[in-house]
Amino acid sequence: MEKVSFSPLSRLAICGGTHGNEMSGVYMVRELQKLKLDRKGSVSITTVLTNPRAVDACRRYMETDLNRCFTDDLLSAPITDSTPYELRRACELNTQLGPKGSREAVDLLCDIHNTTSNMGICLIFYSSDWIALHIYKYLQRKITSAPVKAILLDTTSSEAYSLESVGKHGFTMEVGPQPNGVLRADIFNMVKEAVDLLIEWLQKFNSGSVFEGGEVEAFTPVRSVDYPRDPTTNDITAAIHPELQDNDYTLLHAGNPVFQSFSGETVEHEGEDLYPVFVNECAYYEKKIAFHLTKKITLTLPSISIKQD
Amino acid sequence: MCGHLSYGLCVSPPPSAPGGDDLPYEVQRAQEINRIFGPKGSPEAYDVVFDLHNTTSNMGCTLILESSTDHFNLQMMNYIKKAIAPASCLVLLNEHPLLKYSTSRSVAKHPVGLEVGPQPQGVLRSNIFEAMRVLLKHALDFIELFNEGMEFPPCTVEVFRVLERVDYPRDANGNIIAMVHPNLQDCDWEPLNPGDPMFQTFDGKTIRYQGSGTVYPTFINEAAYYEKQQAFVTTGREALVASAIGKV
Repeated sequence: MEKVSFSPLSRLAICGGTHGNEMSGVYMVRELQKLKLDRKGSVSITTVLTNPRAVDACRRYMETDLNRCFTDDLLSAPITDSTPYELRRACELNTQLGPKGSREAVDLLCDIHNTTSNMGICLIFYSSDWIALHIYKYLQRKITSAPVKAILLDTTSSEAYSLESVGKHGFTMEVGPQPNGVLRADIFNMVKEAVDLLIEWLQKFNSGSVFEGGEVEAFTPVRSVDYPRDPTTNDITAAIHPELQDNDYTLLHAGNPVFQSFSGETVEHEGEDLYPVFVNECAYYEKKIAFHLTKKITLTLPSISIKQD
Repeated sequence: MCGHLSYGLCVSPPPSAPGGDDLPYEVQRAQEINRIFGPKGSPEAYDVVFDLHNTTSNMGCTLILESSTDHFNLQMMNYIKKAIAPASCLVLLNEHPLLKYSTSRSVAKHPVGLEVGPQPQGVLRSNIFEAMRVLLKHALDFIELFNEGMEFPPCTVEVFRVLERVDYPRDANGNIIAMVHPNLQDCDWEPLNPGDPMFQTFDGKTIRYQGSGTVYPTFINEAAYYEKQQAFVTTGREALVASAIGKV
């Protein structure tokens, strides 16, 4: 595969608090701001607490999920008195870190999240971003404190709804398990290590290092599964089965238990073999998602380096 | 919004003040609960209230006791502990004059807290749900045995008595500047000795426990307690003797 070259990646944005109760990102951004870290070598660093009202209230969001507000349609809708707070913030962030799709957008946007699911470190991005994939490959090789995985979303840029789509390149760094509103030192230390390695990678890239191509594995979403619910009240009638709980990324076969009802009955996985992720993520109960099912793919990355003039 | 139902009392106004729509929701609820299951301190109050809670702390199955002289509750807790053995169920006694708080269950004659963790807020874990179900089943079995006339001889119950609340290190603006140390995280009920790691700053430095003796921390890194200035509470181990009880 031919080598691919890119312009220098000199503008990095590190974001936290997109969901106000996901504490690692909140504290990582605060620490970077306390240290006044706005440049490291060739990389200028912008740090943003993206949803400050939700951070103050220690809530996921005030009116609507900020991390679903970044589609082209939503960003271009006119702001009125009834525009929810988070949609306004999305437009402000698009101005500050974008505009999405333009030359002025930051080169790389890393948005730090936590999940209550046992997902270790998971980078989530829109497919075929060689930069993001190489960073994933680098982090996976260097980090030993937790497994590093990747989820690729197959969405066009215009329909991409999350914050990192504002940058020219970007990914969500999802780290778990951590309860909402809780700051765990072990999880924070993982995030700090990942951010340090990210900056290190960018500096190496900008100074001319060639990052060799190769194969990486990633997961792509196939479908999501809701909890069994009472048809009248819509209340859930079962919980994630103990054999599935905490077993994100472990292949599910037909017949494997996925739910256990409150009266003790088991509900089994049906259909093709798939990998579950976001198992029992707290914020997804209201989105009617008990877990996502994914398939594993192998991607072949080209070697990449900076464009030589 | 001021309102911690389990605390009953808000900062102001006190619950004995005239009711009204301007009272915080949880204070209104506390008054309703007091009407239905109390009034607190009166002969009409319910005999037992089980108050079911979860915690983000790794406390396992915990029973919370509010009075060291509630022999009925001590006997119940002894029964539950023996019933679920070898699985662990520990008793937390919060009788501290300053740290004690007016729980919703305290309207009853015999308030019992069932605290099971770790579980994130907003998440339902099967194993935690099952543990809660088992605790409650044994508690109800005890009441049934008692009502049928079974007598319970004197027994000794090990309890962990709340000693003090330890807050996070904070800066002048009240922001936390360190996290529960990885060595302490998830180690509820394990001995914490002077000199042991307690907090870790964001740049990796260790802050050690400076107490005068060994304590047993619990409620370590409970999400709801950041705003209550509590990283964990320290406890001391004690053996309480419960008198014999039987139905009269």
